[in-house]
Amino acid sequence: MSERSDSRKGLPGPAPEARQRPVGRRTAQGVRVDPEAEAEHPPRRTVISALVEHEPGVLARVSGLFSRRQFNIESLTVADTQNDDWARITVVVEESDPGIDQVEKQLEKVVPVIHVRELEQDAVARELVVLKVDADRPEEIHAITEMYRGKTLDAGPRTVTVELTGDERKIDDAVDAFRQFGIREIARTGQTALARGETKTAVVPDHLK
Amino acid sequence: MTEQGAVPEFDGTEPSSDEPTDHDAVREGAEPQTQDESGRADPEAPADAAADDTSIRTGADAVVAALETAGVETVFGVQGGAIMPVYDALYDAEAVEHVTMAHEQGAAHAADAYGAVTGDPGVCMATSGPGATNLVTGIADADMDSEPVVALTGQVPSDLVGNDAFQETDTVGVTTPITKSNTFASSADEVGEDVSTAFALAASGRQGPTLVDLPKDVTTDETAVEATDPSVPGTVSVPERADEGAVEAAANAIADADRPVILAGGGVVKGDASDELRAFARDHQIPVSTTMPGIGAFPEDHDLALEMAGMHGTGYANMAVTTTDCLLAVGTRFDDRLTGGVDSFAPDATVVHVDIDPAEISKNVEADHPLIGNASTVLDQLAAAMDESPDTTDWVAQCADWQAEYPMDYAVPAADTDDGAPDASSFPDDQPVKPQFVVEAVDAATDDDTIVTTGVGQHQMWACQYWTYTEPRTWVSSHGLGAMGYGLPSAIGARLAADDDQSVVCFYGDGSFLMTCQELVVAARENLDITVFVLNNEAIGMVRQWQDAFFDGRRMASEYPWVPKFDTLAEAFGADGFRIESYDDAPDVIEAALATDGPAVVDVYVDPEEDVYPMVPSGGDNGQFALSEDHL
Repeated sequence: MSERSDSRKGLPGPAPEARQRPVGRRTAQGVRVDPEAEAEHPPRRTVISALVEHEPGVLARVSGLFSRRQFNIESLTVADTQNDDWARITVVVEESDPGIDQVEKQLEKVVPVIHVRELEQDAVARELVVLKVDADRPEEIHAITEMYRGKTLDAGPRTVTVELTGDERKIDDAVDAFRQFGIREIARTGQTALARGETKTAVVPDHLK
Repeated sequence: MTEQGAVPEFDGTEPSSDEPTDHDAVREGAEPQTQDESGRADPEAPADAAADDTSIRTGADAVVAALETAGVETVFGVQGGAIMPVYDALYDAEAVEHVTMAHEQGAAHAADAYGAVTGDPGVCMATSGPGATNLVTGIADADMDSEPVVALTGQVPSDLVGNDAFQETDTVGVTTPITKSNTFASSADEVGEDVSTAFALAASGRQGPTLVDLPKDVTTDETAVEATDPSVPGTVSVPERADEGAVEAAANAIADADRPVILAGGGVVKGDASDELRAFARDHQIPVSTTMPGIGAFPEDHDLALEMAGMHGTGYANMAVTTTDCLLAVGTRFDDRLTGGVDSFAPDATVVHVDIDPAEISKNVEADHPLIGNASTVLDQLAAAMDESPDTTDWVAQCADWQAEYPMDYAVPAADTDDGAPDASSFPDDQPVKPQFVVEAVDAATDDDTIVTTGVGQHQMWACQYWTYTEPRTWVSSHGLGAMGYGLPSAIGARLAADDDQSVVCFYGDGSFLMTCQELVVAARENLDITVFVLNNEAIGMVRQWQDAFFDGRRMASEYPWVPKFDTLAEAFGADGFRIESYDDAPDVIEAALATDGPAVVDVYVDPEEDVYPMVPSGGDNGQFALSEDHL
């Protein structure tokens, strides 16, 4: 029985450089990289719709989830549905495909959430914006408002406030067009959306109907 | 009701007073049902009958009735103002034993360990404000490790909520990110169901902590609602069986593999799938590594056992996991301490991932074959779908070679005595005791079903590495959260959950012990037979090790210039104290401490310079694990 040499710290065995190595690797998202075709997961913008039980704290739970898991969200809206017991949350996220998958699955785990899905590209989505500009050029403001099928909500000597509704791109374009007048303030609702036609935005299990 | 005459049940009776107090009004409002049944009109008589009967009287009674209906036998907690009504209701609850802890963190950890050992939710209770916030570490721990825990917290009366009342904290707000579900109880009629639902949610599917916040008015208001059996809300669905097509494809991938490895996670233990996992590994001759929470899922003395993989996993487990071409991962969330950098984690492997939580699929590591369901059910499905076994003869031999190449020999090959214990006499007696030796010696001196609990740090890793676990639910630790003070309160919880003939041993660091040592008073008061081995290196050893490796040896705030004499401290609490200063002391002291009927603390003066190896630095490549500081 030889005695342990006190200078040695650690364990015996071949050093790291002497070891057998794997050939592949994974991306930061844990996806195995095919050496032939490099997999990329660029973020994309999409709409996720969640039907939830209308109870106190559900919005806090959902928004807390987004911040805790560092999901990148563009907007979040929530309001009642035709059923007083349910509310619909519509979230616009910008995430990679694995990220979008995670958003859906993590939302699904929140107890009051009834159903979650990513809406198709053809979903019916709208946003409302209220926009206040300097009233120096009222005729031109009126023309631009008409052009975007907007509505003047308030017109005073110094400010004009208009309402515009549309999809995200139209709203962005309209906001750009109004910049020339000097935008004082903007309030946007964020997108709200339903699946198109017969497609259900949310599927409610029979036992909850 | 505006006046007595408006209540038909009181027709023809003499009200006790023309203007009843609020209290009377409430009580009378709850009684008419009983009176209707009995047909009696005397308001006093049915009230007494109801009290003796099963009828619930207050919200607090409803809470306790929900606990009883859920089969709760033990509750860990600390009294306080806002929770007093619930404690008062416990006064008469003979089926429920309450263990008064020294600190609410201890109550939460004890409940967590109770849940880990029994598989059923452990219950902890605390008052509002500081009581609730002190639970937070324990609840977060249970959340990270998917341990079933139900926390009941007192709250200021509803009409004071939001006013920053005395001992008011937004407990639901504080605990939302660290619970599976939590509820602010809104009425005495619903509070029983709130607690039942919290039970069902904690226990079902992927287990975890739930909390019910109990405002004092809700627990003091009257109710006649009966307790119901726990059931999960309709919005929650618990997956059981995996998709058959996916199982078929996964079975083919496993059968086709040349170098398959099973990675058993905590879900195998929680899902009671150890038998199925062992059978699958043996039938198909597939080597098994585990995560830290998966320890005990597969017997570590088995030929196919590679033991723990990851940051401080064995060299052979990390070689196998790094070079495998098919990883069957069961009940694991691919924590970063397991994977190291994901870019180098099992990069050649087709991943078959079995998990009950769909959100764990492809969260950290992409699953080629996701199998969502209960671990034991899915392993049975997989076993049935395996038409042939992979040919693993060469691969198993390769793993055995790695076991020979990377032995966990912390000192020169120690001559074992006949009973498998390390031979103390073969170690130099002028050298400080190696902490690994203590773990091995205690393992040899105890039965296989002994439960081991730990704090967090070097001692925890040595307890992983040098104890040979053979049974599930015998390893109880703070895995995900890494809460240093976990070991002693969890030993208390484990002791109350374990069979009477099962031993409970806690390995602790001096730093971890100092965080929750006050719970010794509970072990002494309740005369709980637990043995704590403090592997005392007078430092937060893991931090000291990192400082030596990554901060040029600048040991800032990691060494303790003074620590208490833990044996003496134990005696002050009413436990037995022991001390090991050299190898010579070890055999007798270990034997005497384990033989103590009641709590014992052994202060072991270990080599303060000993480090934990193998080691994969944070975010590193598992296959490049360091065996000494030179490799880092």
